[in-house]
Amino acid sequence: MPLNFKSYDTENFYDELIDSAGQPRTGARILVERIESLPDGDILARQKAAEVAMYNMGITFTVYGSDEGTEKIFPFDIVPRIVEAHDWKYIERGLKQRIHALNLFIDDIYHDQKILKDKAIPAEIILSATSFRPQCVGLDVPRGIWCHITGTDLVRDSDGQHYVLEDNLRCPSGVSYVLENRQILKRTLPLAFEASRVRAVDDYPARLLETLQYLAPDHVSSPTVVVLTPGMYNSAYFEHSFLAQQMGVELVEGSDLVVMDGFVHMRTTRGFQRVDVIYRRIDDDFIDPKAFRADSVLGVPGLIDVYRSGRVALANAPGTGIGDDKAVYAYLPQIVQYYLGEDMILPNVPTYICADKKEREYVLANLDKLVVKATNESGGYGMLVGPHSTKAQQAEFAGLIRNNPRNYIAQPTLALSRAPVLMEDHFEGRHIDLRPYILYGKDIYVMPGGLTRVALKKGSLVVNSSQGGGSKDTWVLSE
Amino acid sequence: MLSRVANSIYWMSRYLERAENVARFIDVNLNLTLDMPVEIGEQWAPLVNITGDFELFNKRYRVPTRENVLHFLTFDRENPNSILSCVRHARENARSVREIISSEMWEQANHFYLLVKDAAKNKSVIENHTEFYRAVKMQSHLFDGITEATMSHGEAWHFLQVGELLERADKTSRILDVKYFILLPEAQAVGTAIDNIQWAALLKSASALEMYRKHFKQIDPFKVADFLILNREFPRSVLSCLDRAALSLHAITGSSLDAFSNKAEQGLGRLLGDLNYTQIDEIIHGGLHEFLDGLQNRLNWIDDAIYETYFTLRPLTGNNTHLTQEQ
Repeated sequence: MPLNFKSYDTENFYDELIDSAGQPRTGARILVERIESLPDGDILARQKAAEVAMYNMGITFTVYGSDEGTEKIFPFDIVPRIVEAHDWKYIERGLKQRIHALNLFIDDIYHDQKILKDKAIPAEIILSATSFRPQCVGLDVPRGIWCHITGTDLVRDSDGQHYVLEDNLRCPSGVSYVLENRQILKRTLPLAFEASRVRAVDDYPARLLETLQYLAPDHVSSPTVVVLTPGMYNSAYFEHSFLAQQMGVELVEGSDLVVMDGFVHMRTTRGFQRVDVIYRRIDDDFIDPKAFRADSVLGVPGLIDVYRSGRVALANAPGTGIGDDKAVYAYLPQIVQYYLGEDMILPNVPTYICADKKEREYVLANLDKLVVKATNESGGYGMLVGPHSTKAQQAEFAGLIRNNPRNYIAQPTLALSRAPVLMEDHFEGRHIDLRPYILYGKDIYVMPGGLTRVALKKGSLVVNSSQGGGSKDTWVLSE
Repeated sequence: MLSRVANSIYWMSRYLERAENVARFIDVNLNLTLDMPVEIGEQWAPLVNITGDFELFNKRYRVPTRENVLHFLTFDRENPNSILSCVRHARENARSVREIISSEMWEQANHFYLLVKDAAKNKSVIENHTEFYRAVKMQSHLFDGITEATMSHGEAWHFLQVGELLERADKTSRILDVKYFILLPEAQAVGTAIDNIQWAALLKSASALEMYRKHFKQIDPFKVADFLILNREFPRSVLSCLDRAALSLHAITGSSLDAFSNKAEQGLGRLLGDLNYTQIDEIIHGGLHEFLDGLQNRLNWIDDAIYETYFTLRPLTGNNTHLTQEQ
C-alpha cells in the first residue's frame, strides 16, 4: 500500500502539517503531495539510508555510563516540520525582543541591579539563585554582550499559540543537528525542498564566526578564534568538532591552553600562539579552577583573570545562567517591560513559583495536573510530568518542593503540538517542540530554522535526546 | 597546529598501520603453517614473540594454541595491540581530530572500526579467517588512498606520514623476524624446498612477492632480507619507509635534509646514514635477528624524540601534565 496521510489521525491535537479536517496546511501541501506520490516503500528506504549515513558519518552523541558501544545516532525523522512565513515573522520578532531584554537584564544584575532596587522583580529570587555568580559582579564584558549564542525552546499549544518554554543562555547545543539534518533532507527530498521555497540555514557557521570575531579586543586585526571543548567523551563532542571545522578554527581542550604573561596561548607544534576569542562549550563551573570549581581538570587556570583584563573574549560570558534560571523566567514579562517599555511579544507558559506561598499551595494541590521542574536543571532531568506520574512520584516531589521551594516551579501540562512521524508503513503524530538559535553580535540574528525535537515515544511529552527524543528538519518558508 | 592534534594524527595513522600489520603477521604464520610438514605441528608462540607482548599473553592464556593466539592478536580488548584495540585507538584519535582530517577519512576510520567490532561478535570469523584478515588489510589501504586523495599535504599530513612510515618500518622488520623464530624440521633444511617456500610465504605477507621476483627472480634468504630492509623502491622496505619519513619530518620544520634541527631529525638521519652505507652481507654476518632488534630499538628512540620535540610543549609558567599513548 503506498504511503499516504488519508488515515492519519490528529487526535484533536494541533498538528503542524495536517489541519483538523485532515487536509495538509497551506505550506505543507507540496511536501504531502510529494510524499504521497513516491513509490511504495520509497520513503522508508530513504529514512533508512539517512540513518546509515548518520551512523557512518559518526553523527552521534555519547550516552553516559557505559563503554564505547554507547554512541547512538540522534534519532531522526524524515518528514520535515514546516513553519510558515507569517508564523516565523512573529517568532523572530519575539525572540529578538526577548534576547535584547535578557542581555540588558544580565548586565544590570552584575552591575547596578537597578531592576531590584526599583522592585520590579523580587530581589531574593535573584540573590538566592545558584546561577548567580558573585565572581561576575562588576564585570565589563566585550561590547556589553553577555549572551552571544542562545537556543530558546518554543512549544505550541492546542490553540496554535506559540509559547517560550525556556531560555538557554549557557552554550545551548543542537545546532549541528540542524545543519546535518538539512544536508540529509536536501538529498532525500530534493524536489519538495526546492518547490517549497525553504529558507537557508547553511550560513550559520559563517555568522557564528562573525559574531565571535566581533568580540575580539580592538587592537587585534585578525583575531584567533577557538572552540573550547571538554573533550571527545562529552555528549556534544560531535557538535564542537563540527562547528570548529565549519568555521575553520582550532578545536581546543583545556590542556591545549595556557595562561602566560597575561594572555591565553595554545600549545602548537611551533610554540605558543595567542588566542583572542574562545567559544567555550564548558560550563562556568569548570572553566577556570582558580575562579570557579577548584577540582576542575577541564578548564584553564587563570583564564577568568585574562578575561577580566579584556585580553581574551569568552562566548557566552560567564554568569549568563542567571538569565535562564527557571524562576527568573517567570518574571520575563516584567523584565521586558522594565528595560524596553514594551509588552512581551512571545508569551511564557504560565508559571507557578513554588517560593511564593500561595502559588506553592496551588502546586501541591494539583501535582497530578502540572509539570514540575527544578529551576537549575536542564535536559529533562529533575522533572515531574503530573498526568503521567504515579502517586509515589507525586509524593516524592511534594516532599522536594516543601524542603526547597526556591528550587521548583510548575506549569500546566500543555497539549504540545504534534507532527507526523514515519512508523515503518504509516504515519503517527508525535509531540514536538522547536529550538531556534539566536546570535547576538553587531545585531541580533535569528537563524530561520531550528531544531525540531520529537518525543518519539507514543504520547510522551519529553523531547530531550537524553530521554529518548529525536529530531526533524525544520523548514521555514519564504514569504 | 596544536601539539595535541599533531599527536593524535600521528597515533591515528600508527594504529591503523599497526592493525594492518598484525593482520599481515597472522597471515604469514597461517601461510607458513600450511606448508609445514605435519610432524612439526603448528607454531603459534613465535607470533606472540615478535609482537613483543609475550608476557601479557602468558598472563592471560598460558598455552599458545592457534585459537588463543588468534584471539589475543585479533579481538582481545585487554591486549592494547590487538587489531580491535588498534582500530579502536585509531578511531578515538581520529574522532579527536575530526575537524582536521577530511570527512571521508573519518568515515573510513569509523567504518573500519565498526567492521572489526562487528566481526568480534561473530564466532565464525576466526575459522574463516582469510577473508577477515584480507578485509583488514584492504580497509587500511582504503584509508591510505582516501588520505592521499582528500587531505592537503600540509603539516598534519606530514605527521600522519611519519607515524605511518615509522610503524611500517618497524613491522616489516618484525615480519622478517618471524622466520627467525620458526623452527625448521632440521638444521640442514636451510636452503631446501621447504625453506624456500617459507621465504616466499613471508614475502607474500609483506605484499612483496611479485616485486621481489621482478628484482631478484630466485628466492634466496639473503636477498629476501636485502629486499625487505635495504630496497629503495619497494614501499614497505625499511629503508624506503625511513627515507620518506625523513622527508616528512624535515618538511615539518623546513630544515634541509643534510642537517638537523632537533633530536628526532638527528636520530632518523643517523639511522638512515647507517642503512645507506650498509651491505646485506654485513647484516647477515652480524646476525639478522640481532640487527632487527637493534633497528627496532632505534625506531623507538626516534619515536620518543618526536614526542619530546613536538607533543610536549611546556610553558614557562604554570604546570601541566600530559597524557601519552601506549607504544
